[in-house]
Amino acid sequence: MRPDDLVQLRPDGLYCPPADLYIDPSGPVARAWLTHAHADHARAGSTRYFAQRDALAILQHRLGADAAITPLAYGEVTEVDGVRVSLHPAGHILGSAQVRVEYRGEVWVVTGDYKRDDDPTCAAFEVVPCDVLITEATFALPVYRWRPPQEVVDEVLAWWQHCAALGRNAVLCCYALGKAQRVLAGLLGRADRPVLLHGAMEPLVAAYRAAGVALAETAPVKERARGEKLAGELILAPPSAAGSTWMRRFGDCEVGFASGWMQVRGDRRRKAYDRGFVLSDHADWPGLLRTVAETGARRVIATHGFSDPLARYAREALGLDAEVLSAGYAGEEAE
Amino acid sequence: MNFFDLYRRLDQTQSTNDKLAALVDFFARADAREVAWAVALVLGQLPPRRISTKDLKALALRRAAVPGWLFEESHASVGDLAETIALLVEAPAPVPFDGLIADFIERELLPATDLTAALESAWDRWDAFSLFVLHKLLTGALRVGVAKGLLVRAMATAWSLPEVQVAQGIMAGWSPVAASVEALRTGAAVASAWSTPMPFQLASALEGAPDALGPLDDWQVEWKWDGIRAQWVLREGQIALWSRGEELITERFPELTHAALAAELSRAHATVVLDGEVLGWRDDRPLPFQDLQTRIGRKTLNAKVLAACPVRFLAYDLLELDGADLRALPLSERRAQLEAWVGAVHPGHPALDRSPVVAAEGWAELAALRESSRERGVEGLMVKRKTAPYLHGRRRGDWWKWKVDPLTLDAVLVYAQAGRGKRSNLFTDYTFAVLDADGALVPVAKAYSGLDQKEIETLDRWIRAHTRERFGPVRSVEPFQVFELAFEGIGPSPRHRAGVALRFPRILRWRHDKPAAEVDRLADLRARFLGGAPA
Ligand SMILES: [Zn+2]
Ligand SMILES: [Zn+2]
Repeated sequence: MRPDDLVQLRPDGLYCPPADLYIDPSGPVARAWLTHAHADHARAGSTRYFAQRDALAILQHRLGADAAITPLAYGEVTEVDGVRVSLHPAGHILGSAQVRVEYRGEVWVVTGDYKRDDDPTCAAFEVVPCDVLITEATFALPVYRWRPPQEVVDEVLAWWQHCAALGRNAVLCCYALGKAQRVLAGLLGRADRPVLLHGAMEPLVAAYRAAGVALAETAPVKERARGEKLAGELILAPPSAAGSTWMRRFGDCEVGFASGWMQVRGDRRRKAYDRGFVLSDHADWPGLLRTVAETGARRVIATHGFSDPLARYAREALGLDAEVLSAGYAGEEAE
Repeated sequence: MNFFDLYRRLDQTQSTNDKLAALVDFFARADAREVAWAVALVLGQLPPRRISTKDLKALALRRAAVPGWLFEESHASVGDLAETIALLVEAPAPVPFDGLIADFIERELLPATDLTAALESAWDRWDAFSLFVLHKLLTGALRVGVAKGLLVRAMATAWSLPEVQVAQGIMAGWSPVAASVEALRTGAAVASAWSTPMPFQLASALEGAPDALGPLDDWQVEWKWDGIRAQWVLREGQIALWSRGEELITERFPELTHAALAAELSRAHATVVLDGEVLGWRDDRPLPFQDLQTRIGRKTLNAKVLAACPVRFLAYDLLELDGADLRALPLSERRAQLEAWVGAVHPGHPALDRSPVVAAEGWAELAALRESSRERGVEGLMVKRKTAPYLHGRRRGDWWKWKVDPLTLDAVLVYAQAGRGKRSNLFTDYTFAVLDADGALVPVAKAYSGLDQKEIETLDRWIRAHTRERFGPVRSVEPFQVFELAFEGIGPSPRHRAGVALRFPRILRWRHDKPAAEVDRLADLRARFLGGAPA
């Protein structure tokens, strides 16, 4: 990046000098604007946070009840020393936002994580025209192309029925914030019994419900009597539960994983999941290219995941000014 | 149900039971032509019509409209070329392949003068998983992860046949036509091929003290040779020699199989089937296995090659004589008939001999004899129950191999990594795996040495051509190449997934003759070296 850029990379993360604000900072700062509540974007310790209001309950859960968070509506403009800052739907998870900053007629957009697919649990991605786009690139290879999400939910449902017919439980591993609720929304009205939840899922599912998102009926696993033999259940669990002793009580079960990474057979087999469901909260390759084109950005800065291929493609095939936001900045993506 | 459904189900599970269920389901329900091709594909008999990976890649690049560098990035990330291409060319709204692979192979693949059209129409329709399977088929790299034993069990279960009938039928040679399925089910397959070998009986490793086997008088003891286990079949005036991997090795050993020998020996007995061992032999003792291996590797067998490693066939069992199947007889009776037959043949044809019976007064004397194994160039002793019939496969209880140190095991190569320094451009650091209780591979040792430069280079090329996935500098490869590893000890190790670790593992030799499905089992290793009950 260049010394006079409106958004710059500092040791603590993306920084906008004239407004003195950070976006998703990695360390404690005075003013932190958050794109969403995933742990690699929302970190505790900053003096003041700004975030989309639908994310408030989840952020409070994650950052602590005493964190000072200013809730904002999508599109609501905050003026800071001549810089106009606003949040716009990113379609990633509930309350996820792109950050738009405008200063002296120049517009920068930091997408945070986003996707272009339908998701009944959050507001749909909004195309925000800009001069410079800082875009995520988690799945920026042409092998990552998603199928319609409803087809994937159909697969999950068929798998659950297949397991139930064999008297087995189906344990679906997926991230507790976003993916789990998306699966539950897809199953709404289609399950003949409550979906069982791992303890880590419960508060987040409750937060979605409180925000008015309609989800399939659920029940906590821990409320089922000890020693009760479970069969034909669908259980949602965080990936860390796979292979743990917690899994023992499900006896004869198949284990699935819902993630964009499941697109690649080797990734699925290496992790020894019985079934992989390709369901991602990130944009696929066509989604990334479409976003670059629709925002009309003349300059593209790629971050997270396959940022090198995206930047090179934007330069060579699309003729844009494109670069990678310093290697090593992005951590492992929760997906 | 088609082959793709079967492959998908096999691919989705790690459990042998689930794999068996998928196979049984398939054999019970699928069209006979589809079954015929599926069996051929499981056995590794792929249709001869191929496309080179280079041509496939060129077509895919055109189709997917991605720049070459992005294709390479994608390949590096996915790891598998067939899958990379499948993911790149998949059309919008694709469907799983819904026809028969039999039709695809017979109607589109085999008659095609140019595979481009067949590929492009596949790319227009089918989903990435189906395309992945097709690409593997077309490049000759399709491997169905089903061991032959499991295949046999599934067919026998689905069609309510004795396993031995299925095993024999398959051994007779498989053609991918519906008639093969019919012949197998009626038993006609076995009768039709003159050279058909009988399924081999296999021995289990003897753990602990042999006294547990009871009086030594009940047992016949032989040396455990370090050669090629083989079946020598004389029928219809011809000789066929089969390796235990059910490969026909007749041409490799003219001394044991030439036409004049067949003509002469069939005058006395029309059919003879011997179970025994092919050994390199000089000065009254076996040559190291390596010499035999070198000979097998030679393209042409000239006088020099034959003289460098003269061979003998040492028979330890007689399975058929004059059309009569002797396998149901007790070993002691088969041995008597073997002695008579070999005894008559041997003077004129010293290369055909019997494997001698090792005599001893008791187990203690036998144990002492076993200690001389290394000097004799043998691996230890074989202990066989005199009253036992000849069974197929590994049946615990009748045949025991009582091997002497060095501690060795057979393991399959699963990961490879480039070496350091002057070997940094070659894959020289290997990880080997054995089978766990579910038939899944679990890494058990890393070894860096034991191959010569030529073998290292051969293996390096093979690794590059058969890489499945890349994790940084490490590549996973198809589990195919089997090696015998020697090691100094074994101990429990909670740090390793196998729960055991080997001390100073090294490669003893490359087992070209051994299929990956027959590598050692973790439970056997634990029982053999760590004590405790055998699994
Ligand atoms: Zn996220
Ligand atoms: Zn993220």
